[in-house]
Amino acid sequence: METLIAQLLNGLSLGSIYALIALGYTMVYGIIQLINFAHGEILMIGAYAGFFAITKLELGFFPALIVAMVVSVVLGIIVERVAYKPLRNSTRLSALITAIGVSLFLQNGGLQVFGTDYVTFPRAVDKVTYKFLGGNATITSHQILILIITVIMMFILQYIVHKTKTGKAMRAVSYDKDAALLMGVNVDSVITVTFAIGSAFAAVAGVLLGMYYQTIHPLMGSMPGLKAFIAAVLGGIGIIPGAMAGGFLLGIIETLVSGYLSSAYRDVVVFGLLIVILVVKPTGLLGKDTHEKV
Amino acid sequence: MLKVENIDVYYGAIHALKGVSLEVKEGEIVTLIGANGAGKSTSLQTISGLIRQKRGKIMFSGRDISFSPAQEIVRMGISQVPEGRRIFANLSVRENLEMGAYLQKGKEGLKKTLEKVYEKFPRLRERLNQRAGTLSGGEQQMLAMGRALMAQPKLLLLDEPSMGLAPILVKEIFSIIKEINEAGTTILLVEQNAKMALSIANRAYVLETGRIVTSGPAQELAESEQIKKAYLGG
Ligand SMILES: Nc1ncnc2c1ncn2[C@@H]1O[C@H](COP(=O)(O)OP(=O)(O)O)[C@@H](O)[C@H]1O
Ligand SMILES: [Mg+2]
Repeated sequence: METLIAQLLNGLSLGSIYALIALGYTMVYGIIQLINFAHGEILMIGAYAGFFAITKLELGFFPALIVAMVVSVVLGIIVERVAYKPLRNSTRLSALITAIGVSLFLQNGGLQVFGTDYVTFPRAVDKVTYKFLGGNATITSHQILILIITVIMMFILQYIVHKTKTGKAMRAVSYDKDAALLMGVNVDSVITVTFAIGSAFAAVAGVLLGMYYQTIHPLMGSMPGLKAFIAAVLGGIGIIPGAMAGGFLLGIIETLVSGYLSSAYRDVVVFGLLIVILVVKPTGLLGKDTHEKV
Repeated sequence: MLKVENIDVYYGAIHALKGVSLEVKEGEIVTLIGANGAGKSTSLQTISGLIRQKRGKIMFSGRDISFSPAQEIVRMGISQVPEGRRIFANLSVRENLEMGAYLQKGKEGLKKTLEKVYEKFPRLRERLNQRAGTLSGGEQQMLAMGRALMAQPKLLLLDEPSMGLAPILVKEIFSIIKEINEAGTTILLVEQNAKMALSIANRAYVLETGRIVTSGPAQELAESEQIKKAYLGG
């Protein structure tokens, strides 16, 4: 029982990080039907920005988080403007190949600039272990922090998407770009805002991953990026609640498989799951066969 | 008010509009009729700035809007109700209307315009919080028109508003178009239902495979033998 609770809490915190990453994939997909393969690298840059903000600028955890978000947002906007916008009217395949190119460029650029070694991510927040259920189960301050930050980010996102004018425009653009143009919406700026939000989420996920694994590396974004992409597909790509659910689910499945079977099977199960979904329900768990996105 | 001068529009190799010119004067209802594929929607899309002409220009209120971005054209006072309504099915009725007023500033103005639209389309008021995708075809057409009116346009472009509607609804829609015009909005109406369109329009243009072949006062065209044969079913 104790291990189950421990595994679930662990899965929940890993899953919430996946959910944060998956949200970026799904929002961008919802608005321009592009799988932004560079998303994991935007996360990685965010993690390094957070790292330098803590070690070099000696900032606390939350100010460092803000720095990381700003850096990733700027990078995300640059990537969108330079690499994707010129391809807006070309085939989806060329955009996809470009995204993979941007991803490789940032990975290798990262290896050049940051080196190939793992770097220890500083403990900007004390790790305290709390016992509960009469001492039978434990939770760490890091797990609590990850969960709280994720929940706050999700509330902010729900607010933006459902209660603001920009959010309304995002939903409109994702449904019908031409109709949105006829309303006077500047579709290009809405797309930019979407990338900015997704990148900010990636930065938060990057810093939280640094805290979770206690190390960072220029290639750190690639595996969680892939997992989060699977989470987004699992929940139904383009659907925000789907990305959240998919992320949590994937994190929990992963830790349960590692805990009860063997961590060797972890990725096998996750990728096997992707194949099963693609065969059984290609639109994902929350996906309908309608046109609805974002 | 609107002057389309000799425009040529292409879709790749397809030459969709061949030197089309037309004019809409302030206060008029002008209709553009023609068979399926004649280029009616292409004409409206070009005016709205969604498609660009290769040659020719488009003037609105004395300004060349040939290369203005779509949002600038809306801001200047041209709104379109596109073919097939194109409402945002994933948004609520109210949100659709708010999208129509996207460029309008100020909450007070928004409220007033909303009230006016509800007056014209009382059924929308009853369905404000419903998802627009759940509306019936006629209600969706009304929503699309209400949404365009939210921008308080000077010129309203309507692309086949009668499409797919029962005859009784078609009548209702056309009488609303007349009301909108009488309240001061100039109208360019694209229709395949030539009979109805000619009955409410002041002037008409006939488009055939990308070319204007006839134009004149709507009543005259409605009585012309040639038009009767081709578009009014004999
Ligand atoms: N997106 C498009 N791509 C290629 N050809 C198009 C496109 N839209 C319309 N066309 C062609 O342009 C011509 C005019 O179409 P359209 O303006 O939609 O006609 P209408 O509205 O009068 O039915 C038709 O031959 C049509 O096939
Ligand atoms: Mg048409």
